[in-house]
Amino acid sequence: MTKPRRQIHLGAHFPGVNNTTVWSDPQAGSQIDFASFTHLARTAERAKFDFFFLAEGLRLREQRGRIHDLDVVGRPDTFTVLAALAGVTTRLGLAGTINSTFNEPYEVARQFASLDHLSAGRAGWNVVTSWDAFTGENFRRGGFLAAEDRYRRAEQFLRTAGKLFDAWRGDEIVADKDSGTFLADAGAGAFTHRDDQFDITGQFNVPRSPQGRPVILQAGDSDAGREFAAATADAIFTQHNTLEAGRAFVGDVKGRLARYGRSHDELLVLPSATFALGDTDAEAQEKALLVRRQQVSGQTALRFVEHVWNRDLSDHDPDGPLPEGDPVVGENTIARGRASVRQIRDPLATARKWRELAEAKKLSLREVVIAVTGRQTFIGTAATIADQIDDLVQQRAADGFILVPHVTPGGLDEFADQVVPLLQERGSFRADYETETLRDHLGLPPVRSRP
Amino acid sequence: MASPLPLHLAVALDGAGWHPAAWRLPDARPSELLTAGYWTDLVTEAERGLLDFVTIEDGLGLQSSYPDRLDGRTDQVRGRLDAVLTAARIAPLTSHIGLVPTATTTHTEPFHIAKALATLDYVSLGRAGWRVQVSGRPDEAAHFGRRHIPQLKIEDFTDPAVLAFVNELFDEAADFAEVVRRLWDSWEDDAEIRDVATGRFIDIAKLHHIDFEGPRFSVRGPSITPRPPQGQPLVTSLAHSTIPYRLGARAADVVYITPADADIARATVAEIRELQAEAGRAEQTVHVFADLVVFLGDTDAAAAAGRARLEELAGAAYASDAPIFTGTPQSLADQLLAWQDAGLTGYRLRPATLPGDLHAITRGLVPELQRRGAFRTAYPGGTLRSLLGLPRPANRYATV
Ligand SMILES: Cc1cc2nc3c(=O)[nH]c(=O)nc-3n(C[C@H](O)[C@H](O)[C@H](O)COP(=O)(O)O)c2cc1C
Repeated sequence: MTKPRRQIHLGAHFPGVNNTTVWSDPQAGSQIDFASFTHLARTAERAKFDFFFLAEGLRLREQRGRIHDLDVVGRPDTFTVLAALAGVTTRLGLAGTINSTFNEPYEVARQFASLDHLSAGRAGWNVVTSWDAFTGENFRRGGFLAAEDRYRRAEQFLRTAGKLFDAWRGDEIVADKDSGTFLADAGAGAFTHRDDQFDITGQFNVPRSPQGRPVILQAGDSDAGREFAAATADAIFTQHNTLEAGRAFVGDVKGRLARYGRSHDELLVLPSATFALGDTDAEAQEKALLVRRQQVSGQTALRFVEHVWNRDLSDHDPDGPLPEGDPVVGENTIARGRASVRQIRDPLATARKWRELAEAKKLSLREVVIAVTGRQTFIGTAATIADQIDDLVQQRAADGFILVPHVTPGGLDEFADQVVPLLQERGSFRADYETETLRDHLGLPPVRSRP
Repeated sequence: MASPLPLHLAVALDGAGWHPAAWRLPDARPSELLTAGYWTDLVTEAERGLLDFVTIEDGLGLQSSYPDRLDGRTDQVRGRLDAVLTAARIAPLTSHIGLVPTATTTHTEPFHIAKALATLDYVSLGRAGWRVQVSGRPDEAAHFGRRHIPQLKIEDFTDPAVLAFVNELFDEAADFAEVVRRLWDSWEDDAEIRDVATGRFIDIAKLHHIDFEGPRFSVRGPSITPRPPQGQPLVTSLAHSTIPYRLGARAADVVYITPADADIARATVAEIRELQAEAGRAEQTVHVFADLVVFLGDTDAAAAAGRARLEELAGAAYASDAPIFTGTPQSLADQLLAWQDAGLTGYRLRPATLPGDLHAITRGLVPELQRRGAFRTAYPGGTLRSLLGLPRPANRYATV
């Protein structure tokens, strides 16, 4: 008997506000009209994806002290657009990014519990911890969190929200018309929580939702972020999407689970992935390069180099060499409101690597940026890409992928039509939905309440 | 007889209806109150009746028969869904009716609420509104743990502590609404340029920091969400006395009032008009709607019997902050048209039972008003603002 194939899980990421979203493409549609969200969600559902995914950033990005104008700008409110999508889909999971710094647990818990009710059990929460004072300027309490406290607050936020999700057991509403008893228990929803971030008590006002709580995703990459995921998340959204990096990452994060009494199947690893699809592998390679050049214009390349060098390079020629001199070390002040900049952990080393590459291959500044940033994860014919995806999952470098198309809203269409059927033929991806809730689509064990 | 001015009609949706025993009636669906299907059925029924909009009640604590604390009751509907999300869930399934959820200003973030309502406007193609609400309940404050709210007899305006506290809540709400409105305008309509030649997606001269500074919050902006289809979604508020009338006059497009009779309605409209002028908004249209709880029946006797049955189930006479109407759709039409003389431009009806009194409104009252030439016979098409005769406002930050 052959071993059953590992099942691939797929998410559809609505194209975001990075340079990877190509707005100059003639096919590119609105980033904000609901029709665009509906299009991507329906494509994903037609292809039996596990979920739709939405990122979030709570302050418009700035560079050199001005709002960054080269990339797509403008996004919806996460909860509101997911609730609307619940009305135009029936099985697709609906996962959104919600920050644990600039929110309060009571409100977020009632929004997720409501979304879970309104979608009949399809809600997912990507917990992020962006904390900067720059973003805080849009909120009541400002930037009150030190960087090292972000996961402490996130953990306490999630634990607090967990108490609220569990505050109703699920059997309190009897609604017996004859006896006139609506609630079995006057104390339904009672909770108390006290720690160094939150001191709250009362009665939660949204009764238990179909999934009990939303599926929890986590997207931080630091040691603290990985530990947080191992302790609390159902899935990790990561950028480690190659065989080696993926296997190492999977080994690392799944290795942390035992400490929390959790098994390997309780945390899925879902790297983000991009793709360039062609009728031949050669055509796909050509297309990939073309898209990369659209994604990295000369101006965009300069901004990227500024992220590393941490200073204004507007007088540089993108078709000329990398800047002279070393990056300005210390707090990155040139670009604000960008999580990716924080992932340049050692700018001096990054600059050195880029310079070596430029010298070895005789590359201009723009060509370096094209070479070092976000080449498509999967390039080739539908068969090639299906092979690559399936291999990575069968070899345990990932449990699936969150696909990020580069065009809104039609960028997933050809993947849905051409690649997904091949994955289904191999028996690695569902031919139809067999489950109702997002948690069940992902094959996660039932929620363990009240830990 | 001159034909009457056309009326605007909204319906206030809450649980199984506004009477606390409504959930016990045979056609009530008390075990479906947390499902999308229930709310979709109600709103599509309201849309079939060509109503201007529905409001959806909400709050940051369990429902209570007291205004200022929990009541520990188990014989009434308790537990609810977030109203903004409920409205969003229904938006793609309807096409004309306005969707006006309640959102609280006391413990929440203006930045989040502004983009949530802007997004509701996008997903409904220009049909979003907001019912502004403050929270004076200490139990709700304890859900956030950031702010102490005293236990006061909130309806006793002779107590100076109550007055000061209520003033503070409403001043904060006015600041909150100001921030929300500025955030809606923080993108000019043509900020998105997609200029391939220069590689610029937006024209940053058309995005604006709002730089609001107040005692409770300061907000920098701009919003992360572009200006919504209506420019400014509809802002509405419920008011029972001068402090909330002032909020309505300063911030709202529609103010709901609760007059006991036509004379009080006339005096209240006059007071709101004065406050509106004081706020520098004399030139703007501010609708004043009367709120009415309605118990409807085919005959006066049937309506009265229906109400009596509910009161018997509840074991108490029904009381409300709003005037109560009990009778036929025909006599309700008489009253609505008679009260129009007081300067009211519409009504927000609170059905005592759902779906019963909602059906009586859409299938009884509406045809009756149509027969008298006082209500539309089809939706004209367009946004909620245009349905209410409100212009799409110019952007406060636009220079040309
Ligand atoms: C794949 C991926 C996607 C992310 N998406 C978001 C996002 O949408 N919004 C956000 O505020 N942060 C986002 N982040 C940032 C992280 O969630 C996290 O808050 C930040 O990276 C700091 O944590 P760390 O130091 O552990 O990486 C993302 C990170 C990764 C790796």
